[in-house]
Amino acid sequence: MLTLLFDGIAYGMLLFVLAVGLSVTMGLMNFINLAHGAFAMAGGYLVVVLMQRWGWPFLACLPVAFVATAALGAALERTLYRPMYAKPHLDQVLFSIGLTFMAVAAVDWSMGSSMQMVQLPALLRGRSEFLGGALGVGHYRLFIVVVCVVLTIGLQAILMRTRFGSRLRAAVDDPRVAGGLGIPVNRVFLATFAAGSGLAGLGGALGAEVLGMDPTFPLKYMVYFLIVVAVGGTSSISGPLVAALLLGIADVFGKYYVPKLGAFIVYVLMIAILLYRPQGLFARERSR
Amino acid sequence: MHKRTSLRRLAAVAIAAGLPLAAAGPVAAQSDPIRIGLILPMTGPFASTGRQVEAAVKLYMAQKGSAVAGRKLELIVRDDGGAADVTRRLAQELVVNDKVTVLAGFGLTPLALATAPIATQSKTPMVVMAAATSSIIDASPFIVRTSFTLPQATVGIAEWAPKNGIRKVVTLVSDYGPGIDAEKAFLARFTRDGGQVVESLRVPLRNPDFAPFLQKVRDTKPDALFVFLPSGVGAQMMKQFTERGLDKAGIRLIATGDVTDDDILDSMGDAALGVVTSHHYSAAHDSAPNKAFVEAFRKAHGGMRPNFMAMGGYDGMRVIYTALAATKGAGGEALVAAMRGQSFESPRGPVTIDSQTRDIVQDIYIRKVERVGGQLYNVEFDVLKAVKDPGRG
Repeated sequence: MLTLLFDGIAYGMLLFVLAVGLSVTMGLMNFINLAHGAFAMAGGYLVVVLMQRWGWPFLACLPVAFVATAALGAALERTLYRPMYAKPHLDQVLFSIGLTFMAVAAVDWSMGSSMQMVQLPALLRGRSEFLGGALGVGHYRLFIVVVCVVLTIGLQAILMRTRFGSRLRAAVDDPRVAGGLGIPVNRVFLATFAAGSGLAGLGGALGAEVLGMDPTFPLKYMVYFLIVVAVGGTSSISGPLVAALLLGIADVFGKYYVPKLGAFIVYVLMIAILLYRPQGLFARERSR
Repeated sequence: MHKRTSLRRLAAVAIAAGLPLAAAGPVAAQSDPIRIGLILPMTGPFASTGRQVEAAVKLYMAQKGSAVAGRKLELIVRDDGGAADVTRRLAQELVVNDKVTVLAGFGLTPLALATAPIATQSKTPMVVMAAATSSIIDASPFIVRTSFTLPQATVGIAEWAPKNGIRKVVTLVSDYGPGIDAEKAFLARFTRDGGQVVESLRVPLRNPDFAPFLQKVRDTKPDALFVFLPSGVGAQMMKQFTERGLDKAGIRLIATGDVTDDDILDSMGDAALGVVTSHHYSAAHDSAPNKAFVEAFRKAHGGMRPNFMAMGGYDGMRVIYTALAATKGAGGEALVAAMRGQSFESPRGPVTIDSQTRDIVQDIYIRKVERVGGQLYNVEFDVLKAVKDPGRG
């Protein structure tokens, strides 16, 4: 029971890291980026390549995955995404889903279509039992939870407490006025987009072990990301966090207790929540 | 361009309507090469199947020369990407435009089933080299199978388990055709021999995380967990099996050989060690023909290890060659008749194409994953002789 709860939390946390970048770009920058999963895949494959071909240790790969995907995100933001900001949402959706398909095909071609394996260091393998066996904790899952908690606190602090955070929020609320006040709107958006992509890359790197890495990854998990963002709302960090946790726990419990329904629990939950609160769990009323 | 495709479509419709138009195909001029149309998923999630089969087919042709009965053989490879409608279209094109004598390949069950009506109506023999659902063979009297059937592979482990102290089993399969085939075949044979299946879990094909299912298995405390999953997903499951400590809780992992696929077995790491599976082919099969086959395969394809898919392709070509030699290059019903009843020593062991069912009869081996010379292999330690497909009464 407790073991299940813990597994659910770990799974939810992983979903959160993967989806939070999407929630940031969608909520703060008002841009629908369905290629988000492709950045996650980039991070995951980077780890696979670094570890398998060059023999890097797993822990060293994680920051690299973040930095490299952030850089990739920044480069794409400058070249491809920026002209799309002013376009209608449908154009953005079509553009980014096209990008996803290109990423899938490119990875399929260059890396092969089979699922990639990541060998964890001995430190993170194995599992410990507490409370007389009632709570089994996989070490790697514990690691995921810890990383995600740190990330969440960090993100929240940056958004709410720092100058960058307030500039970002100002730039989102009204880019023109913000620009007039001397806030470098473009650069703020660039940094935000890069950070969001980097987080996806980190999520992909962390998730390679649990979720598996194959070229269809961005399509397979797109639905989960979108559910997290839709249920959690896009205006805060805590919304997607609670949504991801809820989904992770519901998914794990559903599969355990009613395996026949397992895969659908998530969708049932989403429908129920959205019927009750169409703007998502924690959305503020938006003036736009 | 547009007109040509619609013409092509017309021709296809004519075939589909059963007009005896294509009967003229096999009686083409004697000097024409004999064409073999090989349709495989070379891209997409099942590309590893296509790669293995193609490599084996090309190896066989390189070894035996590309001429039979005084006529040149020509291989035409087409990629269906694993989509049934594409397979069907490609098969039509191969039959109508390229006038192939034999269709071969077929990586997945739906792909084979979609093509079966074309084989029937054009009277083109169709050699299934990979797909493994029992019912495929009934879809057309022109189908001959050189791979295996899932119930055939499952029976091995289901018979072995009760003899080795495994009484209570939880089954875990992917929720799609072959998975359900495996679940049923295991249940039938295992309970007949006095075993008990305490829980049958079906996981979604696109399953992200096995944690809840494995936790359920752990809490149910069976003697063993029987698994059928596509190979990539299987590897992931195995890792989580060890990570969750199910092995330490005294639960054994048994499976069909798909899970410990030779193609990726070595990259699975220590998690795979000791897993007991049953299947018809292991690259570690101890025989002179197999050693020669594995060696030649590695040499021809940059160190790649052949898996059971390659085996189906290799033997498939052998069956086609032998049959063509017997009919002097004629196709149609005569060719299928020449394929029936063929019996030979394959690298996998003795095999027979059943003269009644056109399906393959072969030995099923019980194997255990061990480290041999630094690499992981399925090492065979027991065998069931001449197993027929138990999936069809």
